[in-house]
Amino acid sequence: MTYRVVHYINQFFAGIGGEEEAGQRPLLKEGVVGPGQALAAAFGDEAQIVATVICGDGYFAENMDRAAAEVVDLIASCRPDAVVAGPAFNAGRYGTACGAVCQAVKENLGLPTVTAMYPENPGVDLYRSETYIVETTDSARGLRKAVPTMASLALKLLRGETPGLPSEEGTLPQGRRRNLFRDACGAERAADMLVRKLRGEPFETEYPMPVFDRVPPAGALKNLKEATIALVTSGGIVPKGNPDHIEASSASRYGEYDISGVDDLTAAGYGTAHGGYDPTYADGDADRVLPVDVLREMEREGRFAKLHDFFYSTVGNGTPVALAARFGREIAEKLRNAGVDAVILTST
Amino acid sequence: MKLELHRLKVNALAWGERTSLVGGRLTIDGEALRSLLAEDSRFRSVALDLALPGDKVRLIPVKDVVEPRCRLDGGPLFPGFVGDVETVDEGETVVLEGAAVVTCGAIVGFQEGIIDMTGPGAEYTPFSKTCNLVVSLEPVEGLEKHDYEAACRLAGFRAAHYLANAVRGVAADSVETVVWPPLSEALSAHPGLPRVAYLYMLQSQGLLHDTYLYGVDVKRILPTLVSPTEVMNGAIVSGNCVSACDKNSTYAHQNNPVIAALLRRHGREINFVGCIVTNENVTLADKKRSSGQAVKLARMLGVEGLLISEEGFGNPDADLIMNCHRAEAAGIRTVLITDEFAGSDGASQSLADATAEATAVVSAGNANARIVLPPMERVIGFPREANVIAGGFEGSLRDDGSIEVEIQAITGATNELGLGRLSAVTV
Repeated sequence: MTYRVVHYINQFFAGIGGEEEAGQRPLLKEGVVGPGQALAAAFGDEAQIVATVICGDGYFAENMDRAAAEVVDLIASCRPDAVVAGPAFNAGRYGTACGAVCQAVKENLGLPTVTAMYPENPGVDLYRSETYIVETTDSARGLRKAVPTMASLALKLLRGETPGLPSEEGTLPQGRRRNLFRDACGAERAADMLVRKLRGEPFETEYPMPVFDRVPPAGALKNLKEATIALVTSGGIVPKGNPDHIEASSASRYGEYDISGVDDLTAAGYGTAHGGYDPTYADGDADRVLPVDVLREMEREGRFAKLHDFFYSTVGNGTPVALAARFGREIAEKLRNAGVDAVILTST
Repeated sequence: MKLELHRLKVNALAWGERTSLVGGRLTIDGEALRSLLAEDSRFRSVALDLALPGDKVRLIPVKDVVEPRCRLDGGPLFPGFVGDVETVDEGETVVLEGAAVVTCGAIVGFQEGIIDMTGPGAEYTPFSKTCNLVVSLEPVEGLEKHDYEAACRLAGFRAAHYLANAVRGVAADSVETVVWPPLSEALSAHPGLPRVAYLYMLQSQGLLHDTYLYGVDVKRILPTLVSPTEVMNGAIVSGNCVSACDKNSTYAHQNNPVIAALLRRHGREINFVGCIVTNENVTLADKKRSSGQAVKLARMLGVEGLLISEEGFGNPDADLIMNCHRAEAAGIRTVLITDEFAGSDGASQSLADATAEATAVVSAGNANARIVLPPMERVIGFPREANVIAGGFEGSLRDDGSIEVEIQAITGATNELGLGRLSAVTV
């Protein structure tokens, strides 16, 4: 079977014109246009460029969401199996448009996408996690080298194959970690790396260090006596039976639980879902992790105005940082909307 | 200090009336061993099974793995547990190479692991290649979890000792000799080669996250210097119930691959001068104290390089990074072995802490990566545990008996002593 591919390019590569034509609205042309010829040649019989969608870089940059939607509609009308965009080389608006088109196609049509850019094109950092980006030179001189690489990767995706490493495919890394088996065991690799490091010889770390977010703490409460205080925990405290099925590790969700009228987290009513610590004491008395009992006492004594009616809980055990950040944002939003003044965060 | 490991190869297991080893086939008197283990009144039941490489068998939930060994010279096998609390830096020890005792018990449920003897899961665990005697242990009613853990731990050690001791007269296939010199000689040996030590981090967060050195719970130690021969001869054992992928089983301690890799390079590329054992504690004060003391020992040894291995993930990442930071600040070059928790899509940050000085890191793989373990003909243990095991989720155990889990649930999958070949790359 021959796969159907739609190619996305800008007004310049379509031969419509330069900056003076950058306001070109999205349009569809049947078959190949401009660099599509080289791409079609590289596909051979296995895939066919059924249509080319063209859009001016200026129009796209000024109307990102609308332009992406219009382009996706045109692409969808061709019922393709995959979309290839660019190459954009070091053209910033073009690269951004290619990335945005690929992302919109992936999200709306669920099709595989490939584009190509120079590593410093701003489109790379914006869209590298959303599409495959083949590495190119900074100008169109690199077209002849880039196109076969794009075609071969697109064909792999069309066949349902898993692409190889970025170095093998000629792509810029997407920033995802993928497991593989290496030739030697970890201890041997570590000893070799140490010998090299001590000799001052080049070596390659297997995990480049990330850069961490640092969140400045909020200012102190002005008046504790009038404050509504909420409890949030990563210690996995949940109503007995774990109604939301929060995972023991790598939690995919958090729970929201009503504690209005609850004075004490008893063993009959609460326990932990956390798989990273000995649950004996949390199951025996969940107040040890989520101190509802003490806060109720303080509330009665008038030390603060009110314990918030809901607590939020997840399991902080091997939970991906990206998910934890999302839980945090959502919980903070809910607490703010509920007029909560301060939060006590407990771990395990 | 001279350690001789008398290695007897085992490539098959069978039941028989008398425990014996002939031509690599270890025959086990199951009833004698079962009665021995059942003497411990903390067990309601003791069941024994055999699981060999290639068998269509799943073991779940696995607590610990122990290599069968015994001492020929009368010394303790696991000081403080099997035998007296004597120093084990030298001696003659029988090793049943290729055999393993696997203890199974649902102590915490979600903190034990899976071993598949065949199929895709088998590639991830070193214990699909060993001939396993599986000891399934159920507690008497009301036995507290900590006592259940202690009982299972000891049962594994006793079974390992029983097997090797029963065949101690058999001639060894090979004898490995390690001679370890006094420190004064070690430090001045091999001039011109960089001096290197091993910083051996042990899980000691407490509450079933425990490791023992000479029978001492290591959260109660200050970092200390040990000879590689002591580690190779049973000084360190596991008492852990943490995620199965990166807890160090007793087997991994007995066969520590970092020590093996450094010994192989000793005198040729490096001058390996010893192991510094340190712990992983939960409070910042304890982390600072241990990290400071561990790096101080490295400085007293005058090493140029330090290979650091982690155990566990999350909170211990902070200890790992602190050790790296302090050593590099003291002018000691480091290489770290860790594993990653980058999410099932691999898109998240892998470690809970980071430092720019950690320029040389070996990854044992992303433990969040998912795998489907197909159904097996036989399951030894308690398959229902798959839904609550760390790395599993509600629905992990499917109706057809297959299990979809993160490799986190597989025993030894991302071992941070560098036992396996699994790693990760950025794509």
